[in-house]
Amino acid sequence: MSAPSQSAPQTDAPPPDIPEPGAGHPLLRLLTETTALIFVVLLVLVAVFSALRPQAFATVATATNIAIASATLLVIAVGMTFVIITAGIDLSVGSVLVFSSVVAVKAMEQVGGAQGWASVAAGVVAALLAGLLWGLINGFLIAKAKIPPLIVTLGTLGAALGFAQLITGGIDLRGVPRELVVSVGLGGLFGVPWLVIVALTVTAVAVVALRLTRFGRYTLAIGSNPEAARRVGINVDRHLLKVYAIAGTLSGLAGVMSLARFTTTTIAGHTTDNLQAIAAVVIGGTSLFGGIGTILGTVVGVFIPVILQYGFVIMRVDPFWQTVAVGIVLIAAVYVDQLKRAARERL
Amino acid sequence: MTAAPLLEAIGIRKRYGHVEALRGADFCVDRGEVVALIGDNGAGKSTLVKVLAGVTQPDGGEILFDGEPVGLDDPTTVRAMGIETVYQDLALAPDLDPSANLFLGREALRPGLLGRLGFLDKAAMSQRTRQAFAELGAGVQSYSAPVGYLSGGQRQSIAVGRAAAWASRLVFMDEPTAALGVVQSKKVLELVRRVRDTGIGVVFISHNMPHVFEVADRIEVMRLGRRAARFRPDETSMEEVVAAMTGAFVQEEAS
Repeated sequence: MSAPSQSAPQTDAPPPDIPEPGAGHPLLRLLTETTALIFVVLLVLVAVFSALRPQAFATVATATNIAIASATLLVIAVGMTFVIITAGIDLSVGSVLVFSSVVAVKAMEQVGGAQGWASVAAGVVAALLAGLLWGLINGFLIAKAKIPPLIVTLGTLGAALGFAQLITGGIDLRGVPRELVVSVGLGGLFGVPWLVIVALTVTAVAVVALRLTRFGRYTLAIGSNPEAARRVGINVDRHLLKVYAIAGTLSGLAGVMSLARFTTTTIAGHTTDNLQAIAAVVIGGTSLFGGIGTILGTVVGVFIPVILQYGFVIMRVDPFWQTVAVGIVLIAAVYVDQLKRAARERL
Repeated sequence: MTAAPLLEAIGIRKRYGHVEALRGADFCVDRGEVVALIGDNGAGKSTLVKVLAGVTQPDGGEILFDGEPVGLDDPTTVRAMGIETVYQDLALAPDLDPSANLFLGREALRPGLLGRLGFLDKAAMSQRTRQAFAELGAGVQSYSAPVGYLSGGQRQSIAVGRAAAWASRLVFMDEPTAALGVVQSKKVLELVRRVRDTGIGVVFISHNMPHVFEVADRIEVMRLGRRAARFRPDETSMEEVVAAMTGAFVQEEAS
């Protein structure tokens, strides 16, 4: 038995950080810190690419490009993190993004003829509501009708995209107000692009919500053992509804961000958003079996594929290697998660 | 203090389709006593506990709490009355730490605006968790590790400790020593006694006769959906109790 700092009662150091007897093998402890591990991987990648091509990689321009390229996916992946922590999945995010952006353009055409800030506001509200609607549909079917999330969101993946194509006739809409494109899509605050600021704000709120609030605690508890949550009186169905509603709304927000960046709806351009978001979440250490996960891990998980891509381009490595590398990282991340679970079951 | 027992169930009936799980079951537990509820598989112990914990609604019968008739219509109402249940499968969230499990569904929130926004008061919960387990003498190895990483005995201690921390009147424990080794069982039985000594009634369901005789103040035997016999451990033998379980010995005739 180790007795840490017995002579100093009432120290200010938070007691949980003191290694307690029986808290586990050091290796097991390290594995618990998947987020730290994957963050190191990210830093190593950045360091290697920066060292090999300092003038091309380690520049403000590259950093800005990487951040803008990741912003939309990050917003989707944040919502996906909550969903996966509940042991669920949301395949519909890309389609909901497309549907929301189509609805947003329609709303902006109606209000102010796609000109002026009022028009932009109408579009943003419409997109968020459209995303919320799909999220509620997902959540209702999963929580109340007890249909597996994989099937529900596979269904809404098709339905949301189908409705978007019905509304547009399959042709991308271009009626995006100049204000949105110029200010949000191209502009920034103190050199930081607005798209990145939006994504970082969403991320910061999500970090706080998951780690510090009852909402986050319930999300983790439901993913860890839904029956336990139910027995202590947590309304599991209502919480799941909320989680899918948030994921849907964030997809709607991502739809607006996509419009601002590309000045047009990108109906055919989001078929792999769901898989990219899931990969980012899982690479970031969130368990597909639920109960474990962090938003910061997801941030790292979003950046690793993008950094690999930019790095390979700059290094003149065939960019197709990027998908191979991401696949390997993804499988490795899930393997680490399995090791952790096996260690837990043995005890 | 009233003379009526803490909780009394009279003539509880429950039918699942063609199966009559409870056929007029009686049961009684008083303050500060451990009552072992035993019976063979299918005797109706679990159903009776589910009824008394508010999880299942009975088809008939009466339940008196402090001598007053009560309707135990949902688990939340029952918990509000100071009654807690430790389930056989523990019902802990393995990925959360002991404090998060102790306060699951009853999280302490920060005072003021932050609390209204749902911010957790982690420091207060952590402190009260240590205090609660220390009072019970439940030695929790780690307060920071997810409970899934703790041993079976530790998890059982946390489940029992959680029930004891919230129960002000009565705790049901469904097979709390079933999956435990000798040393761990001893600790849990010790915990059961400590809970009883605070004046709380404890209903202890078990198949393990030595454990029953070690911890129980009274024994109530169920057979075929009703109470078959009542014993005091110091006035009976394991043979007699087992005989009552199997029907070889009948003390209470069907009414």
